[in-house]
Amino acid sequence: MSENQNMPYTEMPASKPIVIDAGKCTGCNSCVEICMVDLFIPGPERGKPPVVLYPGECWYCGCCVMVCPEEGAITLRHPLMNQAHWVEKAELLK
Amino acid sequence: MQEFKWPYPLDYGKEEKITADVLILGGGIAGCMAAISAARKGQKVVVVEKGATKMSGAGGSGCDHWESAATNPCSKVTPEELTQAMLDDNDGYNNGISHYIECREGYDRLLDIEKMGGKIRDTEDEFVGAAFRDEATKLMFAYDYENKITLRVWGTTFKPAMYREMKKLGIRIVDRVMVTSLLTQSGNQGNRCIGATGLHTRTGKFYIFSSKSTIMCLSRPARIWMFSSDHTGLCEFRPTQCIGDGHAMGWRIGAEFTMMEKSVRTEFSAAGRSYPPYGAGNNHNSWYGASIIDSTGKEIPYADRDGKILKSVEERFLPAKGQKFFMKGGSVDDPKHAIEGPETLPFGDMLKKGYKLPFYADLTTLPDTERRAIWGMMIGEEGKTRVPVYENYKKAGFDPTKHVLQCYGTGWTSASFLPQERQLFGLPGGFLNDWELKTNIEGLYAAGDCLYASNCYGHAASTGYYAGRHASAYALKEGIIEPDKNQTEAEKKRIYAPLQNNPETSIGWKELNMGISKTMQNYCGDAKSDDLLNTGLKILKNYEKDVVPATFAYNPHELMRLLEVFDILTVSQMIIYASLARKSSSKVLCFNRIDNEQEETENDRRLITLRLAENKVVYDEKPLDFFGDLKDNYEKFNQDYMGGKQNV
Ligand SMILES: Cc1cc2nc3c(=O)[nH]c(=O)nc-3n(C[C@H](O)[C@H](O)[C@H](O)COP(=O)(O)OP(=O)(O)OC[C@H]3O[C@@H](n4cnc5c(N)ncnc54)[C@H](O)[C@@H]3O)c2cc1C
Ligand code: SF4
Ligand code: SF4
Repeated sequence: MSENQNMPYTEMPASKPIVIDAGKCTGCNSCVEICMVDLFIPGPERGKPPVVLYPGECWYCGCCVMVCPEEGAITLRHPLMNQAHWVEKAELLK
Repeated sequence: MQEFKWPYPLDYGKEEKITADVLILGGGIAGCMAAISAARKGQKVVVVEKGATKMSGAGGSGCDHWESAATNPCSKVTPEELTQAMLDDNDGYNNGISHYIECREGYDRLLDIEKMGGKIRDTEDEFVGAAFRDEATKLMFAYDYENKITLRVWGTTFKPAMYREMKKLGIRIVDRVMVTSLLTQSGNQGNRCIGATGLHTRTGKFYIFSSKSTIMCLSRPARIWMFSSDHTGLCEFRPTQCIGDGHAMGWRIGAEFTMMEKSVRTEFSAAGRSYPPYGAGNNHNSWYGASIIDSTGKEIPYADRDGKILKSVEERFLPAKGQKFFMKGGSVDDPKHAIEGPETLPFGDMLKKGYKLPFYADLTTLPDTERRAIWGMMIGEEGKTRVPVYENYKKAGFDPTKHVLQCYGTGWTSASFLPQERQLFGLPGGFLNDWELKTNIEGLYAAGDCLYASNCYGHAASTGYYAGRHASAYALKEGIIEPDKNQTEAEKKRIYAPLQNNPETSIGWKELNMGISKTMQNYCGDAKSDDLLNTGLKILKNYEKDVVPATFAYNPHELMRLLEVFDILTVSQMIIYASLARKSSSKVLCFNRIDNEQEETENDRRLITLRLAENKVVYDEKPLDFFGDLKDNYEKFNQDYMGGKQNV
């Protein structure tokens, strides 16, 4: 555990719709350009991932993932409260 | 405070002027098809879109049902029968003109989209032999397999195909510009519309568009009653940025609206109680025909409209004995007996009979083609399903041959809301249109979800294309008129004003939106009375006077969000004005007056219209069937199109 007393001027968001894997992302900004909500901004460094500036505005349409050329670089995830459940039918019949 | 550099140049106050023959506001489904139609008529077309046209709008990420395709070669229902059924289903409170256009031309547009590269039939023969597939045409149908009026389509391919076609036709697409106002001749309310203004949502630059004719395609209002600052994008069913800017700017220049008093108890809000659309167990829309089971695996029976229990899966897709056809989906909420389709028995009754919660949607026992059509095609092609539902659930292990998906509440909405939590949903109010899809304002046409009592993808595509033809005809006769300097300067002043304020002492867009929503819940909720409505109106007017001038935005993106909330404030007042004018209660309009609970009499059954003239609200009335005979009038106004020149 870090004992660094420097804190960012921010808080954890209510949900994190978009997670970008910096290892896979090439910073092409296709996701930035397709998002109709415009919740990203290009990253400050060329070739590096964009920044998710306004996560609360996400409409969860998935277009950013649909256009991303790098498999697995960007993930869209419903907030915990919206994650639906399923079960194996065989379990119900037991 | 930690700071970052805004990644775009800041051009606040700088101007760019753009001229078009036909100006299209909004690059959604209606806007794109309007643009294509006008360009095919040889017009110089400019599209202004707040997001990115390629996948913007309610239908940008997909669509799985093409409804009301009455003229497809397999349909057994005529456009006249189908439109009449939609009118009857709403006791006449419906847009006869736009839905007739949908029924009459919708299939033409689908063929058009196919030519552009969209997939509309089972060309890969994945569903050969399925009950819903026509073997000759390879078209696939939904709901009523006997009458074949709704098609199953591969809607993820549509918007990108339209976008390519627009590029090919040389249409100028101006993305990331929010239209903020309409311009009128001499700047006066009620005069001819001669263009629009815009704000670049990244740079803050000001745009002045001049046009011979203009088509409004900005969808419909939202976030009037429902707001969540943490999950703004999930408050409503339609996209974050479709909140009714078009209604507000139309109102300011004197456009006429109707049915604005209609709102329904919220059906869908995933910022609140709903689950992701099409992502929870149900048997509606994309999931129609799925079996529903209780938590011991016992199936809830389907029954036809007369209560006859259906024994086989096949019967879920057939009309009842003696029934001509049934309708489901998009515009049908609470169907009348004439068109009511099969449905599972009410969940409440099943609980009384000892069925155990929770219930689940079960595809495991469906015929293989039916299961693959629901999971993989419909869920996959439907808007907002490809990634967040289909791919993500698959990655998490969901297998439709093994797993059953939990239902939350009844129906597709997966939740129930409080009476004061309301939405403009189903067939809400909007721009009043004539047979050319023209508004009362010269030069201003309207299409898609912004029209009164309008909904659905095929409806947006066909009304867009239709408005494109008529707006082109107007543009051919009229010239460009230079915008009035006073009007553009006043708009500039209005939209940049918040930037002058002090962030320490000002309020932001979220706080204002929440204030409006709570006011609307309190004073214009389910229970309406003149006293409450007038009190609410006073509060909203005070917001306009005292709060709007005290707002702030950090950057062009936030300024866009703030201007949206100003428009929400305007639309909220329109709704109160419309509500004040309807004096009795009306079930079909979901309009409940506690100071006059008497259900509307035959005399009250009229469209109430409202508009601004000299900044005063002017009311008028129209008979519900003001549009006259559907077929006769359509043919009178569309000789050109009917002459077989569909694509010209
Ligand atoms: C998840 C989902 C699934 C659906 N599935 C189906 C289906 O299967 N079948 C069906 O028939 N219907 C379906 N619908 C409905 C259908 O998509 C809509 O009725 C249709 O897209 C409406 O078209 P439109 O052009 O009127 O609005 P939209 O397509 O929403 O376009 C409006 C456009 O205007 C832009 N805009 C808004 N404000 C401004 C502004 N101020 N300046 C500039 N641009 C602005 C928006 O960014 C947007 O691109 C679905 C809707 C949703 C949300
Ligand atoms: S899911 Fe849609 S709204 Fe959310 S970031 Fe991706 S493109 Fe934007
Ligand atoms: S589209 Fe994919 S690779 Fe390109 S910037 Fe976005 S996440 Fe990175």
